Amino acid sequence: MGRAGVYDAIVIGGGHNGLTTAAYLARAGRKVLVLERRHLVGGSTVTEEIFPGYKFSVLSYVVSLLRPEIIRELQLSRHGLEILPLESTFTPLPDGDHLARWADHDQTRREIYRHSPLDADAYDRFGQLMYRMALAVKPILSMVPPDPTSLSPKDLRGLLRLDRHLRDLGDTDFFMLYKLMTMSSADFLDEWFETDALKATMSASGIIGTFLGPRSPGTAYVQLHHYMGEIDGAFRAWGFARGGTGAVADSIASAARALGVTIRENATVVQVIVRGGRAVGVALEDGEEIKARTVVSGLDPRRTFLSLVDEADLPQDYVHAIRRYRSVGSSGKVNLALGELPDFTSLPGDGDHLRGAISISPSQDYLERAYDDAKYGEFSRRPYMDVIIPSLIDPGMAPPGKHVMSCFVQYAPYALNGGWNDERREAFGDTVIDTLSEYAPNLRGAIIHRQVVTPQDMEDEFGLTGGNIFHGELSLQQLFFLRPAPRWANYRTPVRGFYLCGSGTHPGGGICGGPGRLAALEILKGGVR
Amino acid sequence: MLPGTPFHERTAALCRASNWRPWAGYLAAGSYDLYHDREYWAIRNAAGLIDVSPLYKYLIRGPDAVRFLDRLVTRNVHKCRVGRVMYTPWCDGDGNVIDDGTLARLDESVFRLTSADPSLLWFHDNAAGMDVSCEDISGSTAALALQGPNARKILDAISEPGIADLGFFGVTDVELAGIPVSVSRTGYTGDLGYEIWVDAGEAIPLWDVLMDAGRSYGIVPTGLMALDMARIEAGLILVTVDYVPTHQALLESQKSTPLELGLDWTVDLGKEHFVGRDALARQAETGPEWQLRGLEIDWVSLEQAYGSAGLPPMVPSSAWRTSVPVYDGRGQVGYATSGCWSPLLKKYIALAHLEGTAGDLETGLEMEVTVEHQRLRASATVVETPFFDPPRKRG
Repeated sequence: MGRAGVYDAIVIGGGHNGLTTAAYLARAGRKVLVLERRHLVGGSTVTEEIFPGYKFSVLSYVVSLLRPEIIRELQLSRHGLEILPLESTFTPLPDGDHLARWADHDQTRREIYRHSPLDADAYDRFGQLMYRMALAVKPILSMVPPDPTSLSPKDLRGLLRLDRHLRDLGDTDFFMLYKLMTMSSADFLDEWFETDALKATMSASGIIGTFLGPRSPGTAYVQLHHYMGEIDGAFRAWGFARGGTGAVADSIASAARALGVTIRENATVVQVIVRGGRAVGVALEDGEEIKARTVVSGLDPRRTFLSLVDEADLPQDYVHAIRRYRSVGSSGKVNLALGELPDFTSLPGDGDHLRGAISISPSQDYLERAYDDAKYGEFSRRPYMDVIIPSLIDPGMAPPGKHVMSCFVQYAPYALNGGWNDERREAFGDTVIDTLSEYAPNLRGAIIHRQVVTPQDMEDEFGLTGGNIFHGELSLQQLFFLRPAPRWANYRTPVRGFYLCGSGTHPGGGICGGPGRLAALEILKGGVR
Repeated sequence: MLPGTPFHERTAALCRASNWRPWAGYLAAGSYDLYHDREYWAIRNAAGLIDVSPLYKYLIRGPDAVRFLDRLVTRNVHKCRVGRVMYTPWCDGDGNVIDDGTLARLDESVFRLTSADPSLLWFHDNAAGMDVSCEDISGSTAALALQGPNARKILDAISEPGIADLGFFGVTDVELAGIPVSVSRTGYTGDLGYEIWVDAGEAIPLWDVLMDAGRSYGIVPTGLMALDMARIEAGLILVTVDYVPTHQALLESQKSTPLELGLDWTVDLGKEHFVGRDALARQAETGPEWQLRGLEIDWVSLEQAYGSAGLPPMVPSSAWRTSVPVYDGRGQVGYATSGCWSPLLKKYIALAHLEGTAGDLETGLEMEVTVEHQRLRASATVVETPFFDPPRKRG
């Protein structure tokens, strides 16, 4: 059944960016339909009760990059968004010691001092530097990338703004930014610190979601990307959404609905219908066709163009660029329902260290070795992990006295030797439990249920090409005016009326919403009706 | 929970107000009584005993110690003889102040340097290539300040050898009732006073000995609130309150050079080289655009401001440390960073950053005062600091 003229815009995919785009378009008076393949919205920003009574943030699990302007403009607090603080980082060490960083500055200083007096000083100075770097990069997050090769007034204006901004940085900070953009996080941190566990834990944020090791150039930038998060104006603040990350998507969905957006779940788009070089609607799996003058895809660029659009409708250089767009998964997720809290040998008891991030990152070599396994097609024998216990922050995540534990695990290569299957998935899960049990021996006995998500599962169930959590690697060659392809970083595509709004566009991945918002603003400039 | 200092067992028992403040990662008593008046008056009238252990302390030693320190700080360290102490700031390459503290020459090639902020990394970086070691003794060395007109009598009575001859900014090793300590005639009150540096393990016995000896002389355990008033009266600046240390500044305009802080007397441009020298030499030629000065707020004007609301004049009961705008007839010309009512001088005083000629002595300005939620202005005059400078300080 055709419904020509009913909708101004169709958004494919009800992830947090798709929902954001929909909400902003509706806010400008457009009639918008969101089509979500699964039975619930959220995409990778989803909470599911995988085991009765236990809620898992199945994939993404913490919040920081979510643009404050989106919270403000869509009034997400009114729609149920609550972000609870996640303040500490605890790194248990194999020698029975540990390294912890706390919300309290003095406490953190004392702890780092215990490992290295010089690092205690350097940590403050480094924090200042990253604050300034984040300030430097922050405006870029909220701007449509200008094309440096273009002479259009709009691009020139953008470049001029950027140029003026970078000049305002001052020479020292400019040089530092350049280093951050080009170096490996391990090398960059080696310039500042001597404590291995500290460097490893800090550099871990430079490898998250990438198929790179801490010694791979480009990871220093990814690390900065993780410093750019802000909550209530404070940089480097990470939080946990009450109800899990699905609550973020739910709040955006609620805002979108209130603005008049129609959201249809269980609606799988199989094709973007193109007539005369222009998108005119979409076709669903069941044969239904829905018309709209604007079609927006929140899916990653490869999935969008290599499965929803007929390649014949695209210029070959664009197809090539998208084919070359790097989207290789490197991580997995293990979600646990626990009967009791893990008890860490190096810091026993249920103290505050369990209320923040728990990082399995004892040394830089450990991380690099974990990467070595992945380079040659195996999951890490001893992986890096970023673990949180959501039920300690939001008791509603598990039955009283019980807990859920979220383990982000890296590396798990998408292209596993021999491919992923049930057996390999469980072997991967066992490796995660074995690794954690070395630090918290009671863990194994505490597990009530376990969910293991491999990169293959991320692709199959969540549509992430290659299982890449950022819709494509956050490496310099595919950031800013190159994301996802040169000359097409402005959310437009070679198909008129067809736009991208997902994490594969600027400013990139994470629960950010920046791509969704900027895409909507661009679409509105183009005139949707 | 922050830990206490090595004196905590004693200070906690005495701190009836439970008025604790964080200071450099330790708990420090803001006041021992609910009101800090008695503690303030002890500093000016008898002797206040102040736990200053949270200060960062570094032991710098080695054949190149003088060379290193001379490069680090703005003052000429060659002129600091053994047994003498120098107050000095130190700067970054642009001449902006990183921190300030006292530098005590304990031996030919041994110095103790105090700072408000952690400085090990900065010292370490600047010591590159020199035969000198910088040891952080902040945790292993406890410190007490004994400040007030009776300080000398109390110390001298238990000191072996006596310290009656220890001159202003002198330092010496003695035993206090058998406890080995280092005593410097320094302090943060602008009064006759001493700072006593002791191995942390001897802290409790030292406290007991001093309290015992001081009993007949009116010794009073004194907290930071009273100290804050005394240091404002003495015109002594406080890092992060009266100036932003360069490493913490987010804007260039937040940074200050020693010349802008009224510390030009600490800058020896005759030295061939020290960190920040060239920038400071340039600024010395043109003169600083900003100056840190004393302000005296005019009582009659204050009376009028309060009178307009039907109230008698009210003065702050303790020192404040917020930024308060200062104006001349045309507009804002600066900001005061700390101030208090001086019960001793019977004057409302403040320290203020003033731009251009607004900082000239005797200039008539106005400082904002909030009366019944209204922002009013009271007349203020730029004056020389210290506001209070008793002969006994040096005598």
